[in-house]
Formats: sequence, structure tokens, C-alpha cells
Amino acid sequence: MQLIAIISVLIIGGFAAWLSEALNRNWPKWVSLSTILLSALLVVPLFSLEPVTMQLGNATSQWLLVYEAPWIPRFGISFLFALDGLSLLMVSLTIFLGLVALASSWNEIEHQPGFFQFNLMWTLAGVTGVFVSLDLFLFFFFWEVMLIPMYFLIAIWGHENKAYASMKFFLFTQISGMFMLLSILALVFTAKSMTGSFTFSYFDLVGLDLDADIAWWLMLGFFIAFLVKLPGFPFHTWLPDAHTQAPTAASVLLAGILLKTGAYGLLRFTVPLFPQAAMEIAETAMLLGAIGVVYGAVMAFAQDDFKRLIAYSSVSHMGFVLIGIFAWRELTLQGSVLQMVAHGLSTAALFMIAGALQQRLHTRDLSEMGGLWKDMPRMGAITLFFIVASLGMPGLGNFVGEFLVLLGTFQVNVPITIFASLGLIVAAIYSLVAMQRAFQGPTTAERNLKDFDAREVGIMVLMMLGLVYLGIHPQPVFDMVDPALNSLYLLTEPTHAWVGALR
Amino acid sequence: MSNQQLIAILPHILLSGVILVQMMVIAFARNLRTTVAVSIIALIATGLAFIPVYSLIPIRVTPLIILDGYAIFYSGLILMSAIAVTLMAYDYFKDRGEHQDELFLLLLLATLGALILVCSTHFASFILGLELMGVSIYTMISYPQRGLLTLEAALKYLILSGVSSTFLLFGAALIYAISGNLEFSKLAPVALATHGTGEIYLTAGSALIFAGIMFKLSLTPFHMWTPDVYEGAPAPVTAFVATVSKGAIFAITLRLFSSSNLIEVPAILTGLSVVAILSMLVGNLLALRQDNVKRILAYSSIAHLGYLMVAFIAAGMIGGKVLAIEASSYFLFAYFITTLGAFGVVTIMSLGNHEVDAGDISNYEGLFWRRPVLAIMFTLTLLSLAGIPLTVGFIGKFYIFTAGVTTMLWLLLAVVIIGSGIGLFYYLRIIFAMTKKIESGAPEIKIPIAGGWVMGTITLAILFFGIYPTPIINLINALVLSTT
Repeated sequence: MQLIAIISVLIIGGFAAWLSEALNRNWPKWVSLSTILLSALLVVPLFSLEPVTMQLGNATSQWLLVYEAPWIPRFGISFLFALDGLSLLMVSLTIFLGLVALASSWNEIEHQPGFFQFNLMWTLAGVTGVFVSLDLFLFFFFWEVMLIPMYFLIAIWGHENKAYASMKFFLFTQISGMFMLLSILALVFTAKSMTGSFTFSYFDLVGLDLDADIAWWLMLGFFIAFLVKLPGFPFHTWLPDAHTQAPTAASVLLAGILLKTGAYGLLRFTVPLFPQAAMEIAETAMLLGAIGVVYGAVMAFAQDDFKRLIAYSSVSHMGFVLIGIFAWRELTLQGSVLQMVAHGLSTAALFMIAGALQQRLHTRDLSEMGGLWKDMPRMGAITLFFIVASLGMPGLGNFVGEFLVLLGTFQVNVPITIFASLGLIVAAIYSLVAMQRAFQGPTTAERNLKDFDAREVGIMVLMMLGLVYLGIHPQPVFDMVDPALNSLYLLTEPTHAWVGALR
Repeated sequence: MSNQQLIAILPHILLSGVILVQMMVIAFARNLRTTVAVSIIALIATGLAFIPVYSLIPIRVTPLIILDGYAIFYSGLILMSAIAVTLMAYDYFKDRGEHQDELFLLLLLATLGALILVCSTHFASFILGLELMGVSIYTMISYPQRGLLTLEAALKYLILSGVSSTFLLFGAALIYAISGNLEFSKLAPVALATHGTGEIYLTAGSALIFAGIMFKLSLTPFHMWTPDVYEGAPAPVTAFVATVSKGAIFAITLRLFSSSNLIEVPAILTGLSVVAILSMLVGNLLALRQDNVKRILAYSSIAHLGYLMVAFIAAGMIGGKVLAIEASSYFLFAYFITTLGAFGVVTIMSLGNHEVDAGDISNYEGLFWRRPVLAIMFTLTLLSLAGIPLTVGFIGKFYIFTAGVTTMLWLLLAVVIIGSGIGLFYYLRIIFAMTKKIESGAPEIKIPIAGGWVMGTITLAILFFGIYPTPIINLINALVLSTT
């Protein structure tokens, strides 16, 4: 029930924010703020829940919450919401980054603030739904629903090339989603031919003894949908456009949490539903991940547009997540999850900085910046922090994530590990070069710029603390997600050849 | 004829009677409000008259007509659309001078034709219903008498529809020649048993019948008339052609082909697959190049009928029949509501201009800021056409997928995915136009009372049945599947 409450709060809050515009143009953002705070209040008690044990395939699994109610009984579709440590972590990240997105756009939106907040809240609701739905139909429902508000955010409040970017974003994710829908249905009908009844429930569909050929094709449908969202090479091309053109808040949400839904989907659905087939594609997937790491980094180095640079760096960082998931070792999975959170924080912050720069300078072009540290020392220092976090400085969260992924993958595939490590070097280069071009060097023009104010510094400090915490003491996060990851291991246990040493 | 049989066709008798009354009313007391009121009451009364029929189903009335759950479901759909179209047409025509009353008479006649179509089991009643509907529609298309565009539309529809009816008749004649029968269900043994010359007659006959039907359903390669008619006809009439006419013809086609087993003839299935693929691709691709919303909707309806054909083909595959009929019923339900919604918006947008309908996409620019509620309604209908969740169109597409997956029509499903991918592009284009910022000075849009209510209801239905489709699924299962 609590999960439905969180989603409903966001949905209703979105409506309220929209309607409140009629009364006062300043109200929508306050309504949004209270909505997010209220949903955060609802998330907090979830941390203290006692897990219950459920049968999942041939293994047992620990769930903090399971709620089920019939929806479309004709096809055995139900409102099946469930929460484990992994979902809880992702939901918390979602709500937190929702707050960041709201803060980053606090004074930015002049045009139709009510509808803007509506879309912001609905995106959060959709993403939260994705992280807690375990009925495949319901999951797909939220998967698609989160696209529409994000489309509007880019199409209405985006920058100069918004029509192209928003269209590309929608088409890529929607079409790949259709393949997933096809796979879901084919899986359900195959299951029906085996068990005799319709069900879309994750608990019933996991661990089926599928024919290898069928399983391979079904897995492909899921894999492509999630790979596009992740984004994995070669389906990443929507991302630089969407990120660059989106307003700051939408970039924060896109990079911070929407990309994570792809990784979450791979982790939760693709591999556990089709362990054998996923093993067959694992090497290819890891290779794609490694190519993404290096290619994203090289492309980032070549960018003049600050937001585009961050967008390509996202491609690079998410490549590690892809490698980690398909290496499927305890270390790499932990690394991937940590990387998801750390990347969410650091990239959200960088996009917020890029947005702030654009608001002040009216350009995202690095060649028109330079020497900004002198004008805005606070912003400069903060940027330096997130730049070094993003390039993988030890002691910060991103380092732990990437290091664990590489460490674990080394046991599985040495060449891919070595190749992917190259990405770290290029990351150091493009990150520092970007820092230099924007904040150091001679000033190109006489500017009178406003440094970060208390609101911006406050939210940045929160994210900095988060990254430092993840970097120095990541164990609580591992403790939180380990039961979930362990049950995923156990599910894939019959494929011993692939599963690494458990604990 | 027994009492029960009389009760069973009471709806049709009632509607025929009201049509006569309506003629008198128009002749003696010409008043648009009265005419519309009589129409609405007639349609509601006809709907109510189906209630006693429910306890009798399935019941045959002469060899021509059968009243079963399937017929009642589609009759209900047709009547609801007819009511919506009547209300939209009232808004549309009330300020356009005198002599608008006869349109509503024609609308009732066409509805009667459609009602006969969905319950006919015999070629005679099939042709009767088809022509009754067709002839009324020709006149409705050209009703506003405003220049060449309308006239072109009516003439095109008249000629092509006439030709297609001949195809149909000739096909029926060929089938009669081999089977000696015009009743659908008695064709079944012939369809399964014939070899040699008989098979040629049968295949040629069904191919001709299908060619005729493809004209009416605007399936590729017989789709050429669609964009012109959609553009030229007044928006409410377009809504009627797109929903009632196509829906009724689809219902009778499915009945004809499934109860006669003609659909299981392999050559026909192959032909249908080609037609479905072409319709999905051609409809979606040609829509990309259009700047006129009515033409875009025309091409999108070609594509939608293509999606529907996937379910139709699934009905011909082994083990697919029940789910396919359920799927096509839900899909048509979704298509009806969504199309009515889309043309409802076009109707409202067209009220200010008596020369041409608000077709051009520039009319819709900035609608989000001029008329937010109307824009949201249009966005929802477009998303429903695109098959995005939260809307009834998504469940419709979900059903098409289930029908295809159970019968393993992978190629067709791949084309559905490609087609709806292309489709997104032009739906989003309209939505994007509506979100544009505009300078002040755009013409003000008035939302009429009747149209406002119709659109409100439709929007709620799109959302409600998109989120909670169970009531309709249960209804379809109770009515449609109980009788197949």
C-alpha cells in the first residue's frame, strides 16, 4: 500500500501543481516541493521494514513489501508492487534527484510553470512505478508512461533544437519498448502453454524451463529495450541530443534516474528471466559495454558543448554498469549498483552546473567560457569536485563503483577489462580539459556573474556528502542491496559455468 | 414470425418507424433543435430496445438476420457513435444557414443500415444494409454544398463505393454458383470440401468480395479515396464514415469469413497478410508527408485498419479464433472512441470557419496555451491512436499483439511495431505543434455545450478504459464470445 501511496502522492501532486498556477504563478513549485517532501516522508519508514521471504523460481528471496490486487483478471494481470533493497535504493535515489531537479529549475521556468511541475512530478511517478512493479504488464505500463511527461519537458522547455531531440528520444525508447512488449507477451503465452493459466507476475515467470531458442529471442526483446535506455552502444545516439536540448531539470532526471531504469531492467528482468540466454549474450554485452566506455569517453573529449560532453560521459559511465551486470559476479553487481547511484549524483550535479552556466552565460559552448573561477569561485570549486568524482578519484563513490566492476570482470574476461580501463584514462583527460576550458585560463570577456547562491550550494553540498559517503563507506549500500542481489544469483544458479564464486 | 422474433428485431423496426416520423417532423415543423432531439431520442430508444433482446439471444429472424451477442455488441457501439456524431453535427451545422435538418435524417438511415449489417447472416441482407448505409453517406459527405473539395469527396466516394459494391456482388454470385447458397453458415462445408474447379470459384469469389470490402475499409491498395473524402467531408460526417461505416463493415466481414470458414482458405490468408502489411506501411508512411490533420487521420485510419487485419488473420489461424475475435472487438471499441475524439476536436476547431474545416496543422499551434483542456483532450486521443499506455488505444494494441503472439504471426507483428513507430512521428508532430508558443491574436475557439459534453465523455472513456479495461473485456466475453 505504501508504494501505491508514494506513486499517488506524486500523481496527485502533479495535478495540484498544475491547477495551482491559476491562483498564483509561484505556487506550482511550492506545491511540487511539498509533494516531493511528502513522498520522501513516505519512503523513510520503508527502510525499517522487516523482510519477508518469498519463493522466487527455485530459490527464496527477501522482500520488504509485496502488494497484489487484481487488475485485468482476463489475462492474469495484477497490480503487483514489491519492494526489495534494490528497489528501495532506486526509489530513494529517484525522490532525492526529484528534489535536485526541482531545486535546479527553481528560478529557471518562466513559461507555463504549472504544466512544467506537472510533468516533473509525473516523470517521478512513472520512474518510481518502474522500480516497484513486478507484474510485467504493470512494469511496461509505467515504462511507457514515464516517457510522455519527459517528452513534454524536452519539447516545451527545451533549447533551440528541441523538436528533433524530443522526437528522437520518444521514438527510440518507444519502439524498443514495443519489442519488449512483444517479448513479454510471447513469454506469457509460452508460460501459459506450460502451466495452463495466464500470468504476468514476475514471481511466476521466473525460473521457467524455456526452450533455448525461444528464450534467446525473448531475452533479445528485453535486452534491446533496456540497452536503448541505458544507453548502450550502438543505441546511445538519442542521448546526447536529448540531454543537450532538455531543460536542466529534465537533464538531471534523464541522466540521474531514467538511464538507471535500463540498468535496473537488465538486472531485474533480462538476466533472471532468461539466465541461459543471457549467458550466451554476456560476452557481446560486455563488449558493447566496453566499447561504450571508450567510445563515450573519446566522444566526450571532442565536444565543445558542455552538456553534450556530460551526456557522452554518461554513455561512458553507464558502459561500466553494463559490463558489471553481464559479468554477473558479486563484486561486479555491487559495483554496478554503486555506480548507478554515484553516477546519478555526480551527473545530476554536473547537469545542474551546466544549466546554471547556461542561465548565466546564455551559452553551453566551452570555447566561449574560460576564467570563470574568478567570477564564480564557489561554482568553480564545486564543479572541480564533481569533475574529479566523475573521472573516478579514489575516495568518492564513482571510483568504488568502477573499480569493483573492473576487479570482478578481471576474473571473467581479461581483454574486456583492460580495454574498458582505457576509458578511465580518457575520462581523466576530458574531465580535466573541460574544467580548464570553462573555469581556468584567461577570461575572454568582462562578465558580471552571480555565483551559486545558498539554495544551489545547499543542494550541491548534499550531493557531495553523498558521494564522499559512498566513496569512503559504501558498506551500508551493499548491506541494503545484497539480499536482493543474492536472490538473483540463486535464480541463475543452474548456469554454474557463468555464476562466479558466491560469497 | 413469432413474438420473440418480433421482439428481436424491434430495435430495427423502431428505428425505421422513427425515420418516417422524422420525415414528417421535418416536413411540418422544420426546426433543427427538434430534429436533433428526435434523432437522439430515437437512437437512445433503439438502444434500449436491445435490452429485451438480450434474454433471447441467439435468435434467428428469417434466414437473413441473426440477433446474437456479437450483433448486440456492435449495435451498441454503432448507436453510441451515432449519438456522438449527431451531437457533433448539431454544433457543426447549427450556424450554417437553413436546411440542415435532412442531414440528421440521413444519419439515422445510415445508422439503420449499419445495424442491419452487423446482424446479417446472408448476402441479401449484407448488400441491403451496405447500400442503405452507403447511399446515405454519399449525400452526407456533400451536404454542406461549399465548393469543389466537398463535391470531389462525395463523387469519389460515390464512384468507388459503387464499383466496390459491384465487386462484392459479383463475388457473391461466384460463390452462389459453386455452393448454391447465399447464407454464410451454409458455405462452411463447401469452403472446406471443394477442390479443383470449385476451389477456383471459391477463391475468386472470396477475393472479389474481399476487394469490395477493402474499398470500404480503405485497406491498401484500395485506399486512395480515404484522404480526399476525409478532407472534403464535414468533420462530423468524417467521424461517421471512419467509425460506424468501417466498424459495421468489419463486423460483417469477420462474421462472413469466420462463420463460412472462408478465412481458412490458405490463398486468402496469404492475400490478407499482404494487404495488412501494405496498409500498415503505406498508411503510416504517407501520413508523414501531410500537413493536414484530417488527411493525417485518414492515413492513420488506413494503418489502424491494417492493425485490425492482424487480428482478422489471427482468427483464421489454428486456435486463434476466440482470442482474435475478442481482440478485434476491443480494438474496434478503442478505435471508435479514439477516432470520435479526434474528429470531435477537429469539429470544435472548425466551428469558426464555414468555408473549410480546420485541417491545416497551423490551426493547432499553441492550442495548449489557448485552450488547454481541448489540447489535453486532443493529446490523449493522439496518444491513444499511437497506442501509448494510460489510453484505451494501448489496450487495443495490446490485444492485437496478444492475437498475433498466440498465432505466431511474427512478421505481421514486426510490421505493427515498425508501423506504430512511424506513426508516433506524425502524432507527435501534431502534439508538438500544439505546444508551440504563440503570439496573441490567434482566433478564439469557442467550445460548444453539446460538443463539450461529448468530448468530455470521450476523454474520460479513453482514460478510464485505458487504465481499467476489465468492464469492457467482461462485456466482450459475455456478449461476443458466448455466441462464437
